[in-house]
Amino acid sequence: MITKPQPANVLEGSVEVWNLRLYVAGQTAKSLLAFANLKRICEEHLQGQYNIEVIDLVQQPQLAKGDQILALPTLVRKLPEPIRKIIGDLSNTDRVLVGLDLRSKG
Amino acid sequence: MKYIDLIHMREKRVPPKREGRPPHATSHSLPKTATGIRGLDEITVGGFPRGRTTLLCGAVGCGKTLFGMEFLIRGATEYNEPGVCLSFDETGQELAVNVASLGFDLNDLAARKMIAIDHIYIERSQIEETGEYDLEGLFLRLGHAVDSTQAKRVLLDSLETLFAGIANESILRAELRRLFRWLKDRGLTALVTAERGENSLTRHGIEEYISDCVILLDHRVTEAVTTRRLRVVKYRGSSHGTNEYPFLIDTDGISVLPLTSLELNQGALDKRVSAGITALDSMLGGEGYFRGSSILLSGTPGTGKTSLGAHFVEAACARGERCVFFSFEESAPQILRNMRSIGVNLGQWVDKGLLRFQAARPSTFGLEMHLVIMHKLIAEFNPSIVVVDPLNALLHAGAEFEAQSMVLRLVDFLKSKGITALMTSLAHESAPTEQSDVEISSIVDTWISLRDIERSGERNRGLYVLKARGLAHSNQIREYVITDKGIQFRDVYLGADMLTGSARIAQEAKDATAMLVAAEETQRRKSIQELRSKVVESQIAVLQLELESEEHEMRRLTEQDEIMTRKLIDDQRVMQKSRAALPDLSPKSAKKGSSRK
Repeated sequence: MITKPQPANVLEGSVEVWNLRLYVAGQTAKSLLAFANLKRICEEHLQGQYNIEVIDLVQQPQLAKGDQILALPTLVRKLPEPIRKIIGDLSNTDRVLVGLDLRSKG
Repeated sequence: MKYIDLIHMREKRVPPKREGRPPHATSHSLPKTATGIRGLDEITVGGFPRGRTTLLCGAVGCGKTLFGMEFLIRGATEYNEPGVCLSFDETGQELAVNVASLGFDLNDLAARKMIAIDHIYIERSQIEETGEYDLEGLFLRLGHAVDSTQAKRVLLDSLETLFAGIANESILRAELRRLFRWLKDRGLTALVTAERGENSLTRHGIEEYISDCVILLDHRVTEAVTTRRLRVVKYRGSSHGTNEYPFLIDTDGISVLPLTSLELNQGALDKRVSAGITALDSMLGGEGYFRGSSILLSGTPGTGKTSLGAHFVEAACARGERCVFFSFEESAPQILRNMRSIGVNLGQWVDKGLLRFQAARPSTFGLEMHLVIMHKLIAEFNPSIVVVDPLNALLHAGAEFEAQSMVLRLVDFLKSKGITALMTSLAHESAPTEQSDVEISSIVDTWISLRDIERSGERNRGLYVLKARGLAHSNQIREYVITDKGIQFRDVYLGADMLTGSARIAQEAKDATAMLVAAEETQRRKSIQELRSKVVESQIAVLQLELESEEHEMRRLTEQDEIMTRKLIDDQRVMQKSRAALPDLSPKSAKKGSSRK
């Protein structure tokens, strides 16, 4: 059952948990920038209802297969379904919000 | 198929193919990695450039993926070089199923960490691009797969899918450049497949990044027969065959056929091999053909081409040699039956495992397939004699040029193996005999022409040696008959004209009569002569008698004369006596008496 995510600031009874996974390759500037961008967006829109898991593929390359990671950094929205992928350093906030379905494309 | 089978299969086909070629040919300064694909290593003089990236491009359905997979699998199974496949199109399981049809067990190789397959799947609709990114994930995955298998070979199939999955082409291109650099730095021998573009080798210009070796696969349909072809477009730092080479995908994988031998350096054997018929051997300088030569038997229909071939095979098998008979018109049982009818029992050799028949309609497959079947069977059976009956049936299976080049390749191949090849060719009755259907007269060593001779209401067969390189051969047209004891040559006819069949018999009878007449004439002359001499002899006898009687007469006359003389004397004496009153009868008194006168 896919429910249209509610705007983050309209919090009601059922709290939807967002599982986000950020794949990076080492502690590069790009990785750090992506993480910072993600953190900021989540704080703004999903306060208190998100988990961020950072996976460094340099350390664990075998994990790239599971989520079909090619480009880095890649943000994967594991929950809520469906899975969404956003690649890049997440510097374009509008596109991140569209990609995460936090804002309708229109 | 289990790995054991794979090994077994490999052993079966490897030895003849890889004679004297080390796995990594280092004939040039450029080190190479043998692909293990039949024929390709010959064309590229050793394989792909070692530690570099080779581009394999071609249209849909050319066999790019199979090509790449065979490169990896052969590397893993034959050269102990593990490989990694980054597949952008198919999953590992799909690939395993695909190559299973070629007899490879990919799952087993993967389990033994000889091959790692990573399926990379990009769903564009799931992806949002924001800001800067790179394809480090691809590198990491590849690096991980390479590290976990200690891979030496990499297949990227096909990179172009990335162009569909990633919107930012400038990033993609930069990353591809980096990828090829990376592969080179790691010393990996990589093969990248790409789709053929309209006006370029690849649709997205991947060839820009790969400068070492580019191979183009092509897939053409000519006269309803499909032929796959391969061409080495470029190979930096190495010589290579530049032609288009047909290749095949069959149950044993890919086979590329060098169009012609790159070198013309077959050895020449001085040994001879009997043609199976003593009279024919004697026409060829007494001992038959040269071993390892190619023989063309051309003739109009029904001149006994197959039968002559069967004699050749029969003789070879009887010596314990192995033969392969490629038939394109008759099935094996048909040939066996028909040859039995002329007293040549080939079935026994089939049973003994010395003779192998391969019968197929020429139109069943393309020419290359025929050639590959021949190659494979020859490599497997290792015969010393091969019969192709008839050669020109193959003509109808492809375009003329291709047929010719195919025959050329076949002849070259057999020569290089030292196999004596006897090929029959059907000549049309209207065409001059000296023009064989397949223009291969220049490449065969011995050409025997069989022709039928129509005269006085019948059709007889004559054979002559049109050419025989290096053999002192007869210039005679010899008549032969096909009997239930095989082909039998008639004696050399010494008459002025070439007569055959009953005309010859009539002429021979005529000749015999003439001989008889001549003999009688001689006899008659002889007796006349005898008679004559008898006459002369008798004449001589008569003359002799005459002579004798003459002599006798003479003697008689002489005696008579003497008698007469004596009588005269006596008479005188009587007269004297009476006249002289005879004092005495002494001559003294007679003298006295006369003195008185």
